[in-house]
Amino acid sequence: MNFKSTIGFEVHFELKTKSKIFSPSPVTYGAKPNTATNVIDWAMPGVLPYVNKNVYRLGIMVALATHAHILPNTHFDRKNYYYPDSPKAYQITQFFQPLARDGYVDIEVHGKKKRIGIHEMHIEEDAGKNAHGTNGYSYVDLNRQGVPLIEVVSEPDITDPDEGYAYLEKLRKVVQFTGASDVKMEEGSMRVDTNISIRPAGQKKLGTKVEMKNLNSFEHVRKSLAYEEKRQQQVLLSGGRVQSSTRRFDEASGKTVLERVKEGDADYRYFPEPDLAPYHISQDWVDKIAKEMPTSAEDRYDEYVNKFGLKPYDANVLLQTKESSDFFDKAVAAGADPRLAANWMNTQVNGYLNDNRVSLSDIKLTPEHLAAMIKLIKDGTISSKIAKKVFAETITKGTDPKKYVEDKGMVQLSDTSVLQPMVTKVVDANPQSVEDFKNGKDRAIGYLVGQIMKQTRGKANPKVVNKLLNQELQSR
Amino acid sequence: MKITEDTIKHVAILSRLEFDDKELGKMTKQMGSIINMADQLSEVDTKGVPETVQVVDRDTVFRDDKPEHWQDREDLMKNAPAKANGFIKVPVIINKDDDQ
Repeated sequence: MNFKSTIGFEVHFELKTKSKIFSPSPVTYGAKPNTATNVIDWAMPGVLPYVNKNVYRLGIMVALATHAHILPNTHFDRKNYYYPDSPKAYQITQFFQPLARDGYVDIEVHGKKKRIGIHEMHIEEDAGKNAHGTNGYSYVDLNRQGVPLIEVVSEPDITDPDEGYAYLEKLRKVVQFTGASDVKMEEGSMRVDTNISIRPAGQKKLGTKVEMKNLNSFEHVRKSLAYEEKRQQQVLLSGGRVQSSTRRFDEASGKTVLERVKEGDADYRYFPEPDLAPYHISQDWVDKIAKEMPTSAEDRYDEYVNKFGLKPYDANVLLQTKESSDFFDKAVAAGADPRLAANWMNTQVNGYLNDNRVSLSDIKLTPEHLAAMIKLIKDGTISSKIAKKVFAETITKGTDPKKYVEDKGMVQLSDTSVLQPMVTKVVDANPQSVEDFKNGKDRAIGYLVGQIMKQTRGKANPKVVNKLLNQELQSR
Repeated sequence: MKITEDTIKHVAILSRLEFDDKELGKMTKQMGSIINMADQLSEVDTKGVPETVQVVDRDTVFRDDKPEHWQDREDLMKNAPAKANGFIKVPVIINKDDDQ
């Protein structure tokens, strides 16, 4: 029997604000427990939420980037549940009127293009963090309480784990290039819940869903979905029924493990949040945000390949993160030749980042430095060999390339009026090389170039020296 | 809307509250009369009145995204019944409700 899979995703992104969604407490990562909190986060009696404008702005950016329809009339709703990480005993979210509906991202899997629908996205507050001790207690840190989130819910369009993986990669990239979120799985600024059901081919009604929450990486998502496909098929083939449940992915065994069976729908008793008035999103504001939005990865790719003439592979390497793409764009804006800049970014800069396990924001090299160095190479001031020395200096110490080259006297010697007498002298002193050259031994010229390089301590422009030597030897 | 003992039991579970039989009877009676009072609203003729979720006639007012420090942890923690190393100490709870 053939089966069809239906896969869904609920992806939470932390929106990159300086303060929380309903209180002005700072948004921090890795701060000491409960230091980034105030009376609103603690839900002290009498406090009221106060909406951060930037949360709406960043949320609208995500909606625009995913081609979603922004609902002009939004309000918040209250989702009631009791848990120590939420002092109010409810979460303020959007249930009845989300921020946006009916978006999509386009993916490409196994050479095929496919459009994956986004059902809706809504903004809400995060809860605090619990650490569970082994001594019968849990420990609560409310720093995360009130950090703004946008939850993106997919349509059930995804039909295999590879598509699921591609959807997550694309969604992450789209959101990353808006700059609205850091999208880091390891820091929790992107969190993935997935669900999967299978049904016999030809059956319309969807099968029973199994959910998996808080997966650590896209690879775990793919593996857990692939495992679930097989497991659920075996259950159905042996005449059983798939249980509505939450399962957990076990890294060590590569299997999913039953965590909890669901008994009936949870009862959250949603109702419109009485402490917050609604908000009408004006088209003017949406237009303004759209204008200010950073260029999407797709548009940048188009520019890199079609305008700058980069190879698709190189363009994709630059576009792996918004950070590297921004760095490249700034270098080009500062006058760097795009192809040389891409080359230096993807080999030397990336090599340095990988070797030292740092990111672009940690290094002293600026896009302007890179542009200045590339200009020096292009106009023949320095050779690419010298450029590597300059690069090593600038990336570790932040020294200005032009100044460094001048101070160290590294400027390449291209002046023929200086080089010609040296060439004549070196040829005069090496009659054997002239003989060899006449007998067709091209290697002879290499020896002579080496002599000139030695005399000039590597500063002579090898191209010019080669040309002059050729002329000189042929004239003998 | 009729409030039964089962309604109160259900809400008690959701709210992490425990009632004995005597309290359950009392609570059922009291909740019933509260709901009955609120139910008087349904006697108002609302034909032709547009549905709304709010009674204020204006939009929410936004705050600029500027972080502020209001209280120190020591002050905030004063009301926590138990604490350890800057954390609020609570009885261990592993089974979390759905979807948070």
